[in-house]
Amino acid sequence: MIAPADDAVRLDSVTEITWTQLVSASGLPEDELRELVRYGALVPRDPDAPAWTFESRWLVVARTASRLRHDFELDPHGLCVVLGFVERIERLEAEVRALRALLG
Amino acid sequence: MKYKDYYAVLGIARDASADEIKTSYRRLARKYHPDVSKEKDAEEKFKEMAEAYETLKDPEKRAAYDQLGSHTPGQDFRPPPDWGQHFAQGRGGFDDVDLADLFAGLSGQRGRAGGRRADHPLPGSDYEAVVRLTFDQAFHGTEVDLELSALEWDPDGGMRRVPHRVKTRIPRGVSDGEKLRVPGKGGKGVNGGPDGDLYLDIDVEAHPLYRMSGRDLYVDLPLAPWESVLGTNVNLPTPGGTVALKVPAGTRAGQHLRLSGRGIARGSGAAGNLYAIVRIEVQSVLDDRQRALYKELSEISNFNPRAQLEQEAAR
Repeated sequence: MIAPADDAVRLDSVTEITWTQLVSASGLPEDELRELVRYGALVPRDPDAPAWTFESRWLVVARTASRLRHDFELDPHGLCVVLGFVERIERLEAEVRALRALLG
Repeated sequence: MKYKDYYAVLGIARDASADEIKTSYRRLARKYHPDVSKEKDAEEKFKEMAEAYETLKDPEKRAAYDQLGSHTPGQDFRPPPDWGQHFAQGRGGFDDVDLADLFAGLSGQRGRAGGRRADHPLPGSDYEAVVRLTFDQAFHGTEVDLELSALEWDPDGGMRRVPHRVKTRIPRGVSDGEKLRVPGKGGKGVNGGPDGDLYLDIDVEAHPLYRMSGRDLYVDLPLAPWESVLGTNVNLPTPGGTVALKVPAGTRAGQHLRLSGRGIARGSGAAGNLYAIVRIEVQSVLDDRQRALYKELSEISNFNPRAQLEQEAAR
């Protein structure tokens, strides 16, 4: 019997994940993830809400954080600085791609 | 099993100190970490050095690795007969794993012996896979069949490689570099722990005509000089089918002609636009009649495309 195909889910600004899902999928301890929120490296939809929810794209950032944390043995503050650089690189790469698309 | 020289991978001597191991790893990680490096084969190189560092930074694993002896990298070898008794808690065969699996197995055994109850639920590992798609597959969505190789615990506490087949639907409109998640399709959880997830890195082949930017598409539209002046009708191919495009008279080079909703559609949101970018192409070879017509046009036309330049030059 052929197994049915599973849906691959987008990690974008439309779909939403809960704090518990983010913690469980990120690979980081909850207290470190909370520090990343405090330093602004991860942004809940409503920071004042009693239960945080996030755009699912933050899961990609959280997993990158987990990888960088492990591979470079970074503390949460250093991790935030590196994540800021990674985000900036990605934004610049997106601009380069957009310009290439425009210029041919 | 193929031998890997972890010392050579990190560029250090076999008697390197813990500090030397760490320094060398950090130096190389800075250069090759896939999140910060654009070096060619960075991901592959980083994987190798991370594997080497994970083993050599841990004195117990390093001792186990040293006991395997020194071989030529890539050479087939078997651990010495008593190696399993000392380091892998009596585990028997080593045929279905590689060196990294062997040492990952040692960590796992320690983790299990580290106070966790044998029936403690453990979540399955997350897997990652690169999915290469054609432009059309990315545009329209598709179904892919992935053949992965997964590491699993066997009942006697060792690890083994097992085939892991996943069929998944990729939604329409994915872009190059996007990451998707297939919940529950990673490694199996143990003792009732949840299964891991599968993460997909999308790699879209460049299309010979269309270029993607967000939800918009760009395509070059070559026009002859008289088409740009007089206007024309063009049958323009788009990913959704050929469209009749009216090029208005007086269209300039570089102008963007927008085809609304002919770009990329994602989820239930509106599709992006397709922009045809006008390029004016000029013949390099003319016959006598064509040359004469151009010459006549140049004589009767008072059009001066450099009027502004000339005004500036005259100041």
